[in-house]
Amino acid sequence: MVTLGHYLGLSAVLFAIGVTGVLVRRNALVVFMSIELMLNAANLAFVAFARHRADVGGLVFVFFVLAVAAAEVAVGLAIIIAIYRNRGTVNVDEINLMRW
Amino acid sequence: MNQIGFVLLSVLAVGSALSVILQRNPVMSALSLVVTIFSLALAFLSLGSSFVAVVQVIVYAGAVMVLFVFVIMLLDLGRREPFKLTGVGRKILGIAAVAAFLFQISASLSAVGVMGARPPEPLPPGYGTALAIGRSVFTDYVYPFEAASVLLLAAMVGALILAKRRI
Repeated sequence: MVTLGHYLGLSAVLFAIGVTGVLVRRNALVVFMSIELMLNAANLAFVAFARHRADVGGLVFVFFVLAVAAAEVAVGLAIIIAIYRNRGTVNVDEINLMRW
Repeated sequence: MNQIGFVLLSVLAVGSALSVILQRNPVMSALSLVVTIFSLALAFLSLGSSFVAVVQVIVYAGAVMVLFVFVIMLLDLGRREPFKLTGVGRKILGIAAVAAFLFQISASLSAVGVMGARPPEPLPPGYGTALAIGRSVFTDYVYPFEAASVLLLAAMVGALILAKRRI
């Protein structure tokens, strides 16, 4: 029998992998994909809790997360393209104009 | 869903997620992310929410990943990222931070007692269909829905302005 805890564990592991990608990788696009991974892990937790409580509200929140993820990808990729045009790189170590 | 199916699904999801962050070629990372998204859609199906699974495949594997691959091709980033030994200390720090984070999550999950939770509630008829979700969106969650539409409009305008020739 697969319980709520199994799905939450899978969600936590996927989220941790996403955090690792954000902290470890230098390529801005891969950092972005890791953020998508974290959003997907949150979605899995939402769907698991919605199933556990038999409440459609959790599924509605998944759609809001999808909308936010779509907006984030559109704006974020546009920013990456603009940075690449101006600086010629997407390495987050070399984009340090605002670093203290 | 039986336990063997769940284990297979977890192995697929975690393996492809690890592949996303371990591949040095961004195109391979994007393809691995597609596999992760499909396996999560299977997990949604096993949780009885078929409509969310379909939307996950259409929006994520369809729209978002096409956008990613398009930008990778546009910026000519298909080259491999060189493996540098300079950032090893920070990589170890990052992995240690993630280990602490995972420990924190597992500790709080077991403190709340989720692992031995009561069995799930019986599903009402029509749970997870487009009808049930749409009814909920347009009655209980109508204000968040409007806010999301404004957010999407703002993102559209923002992406258009950022993509202009000179900013």
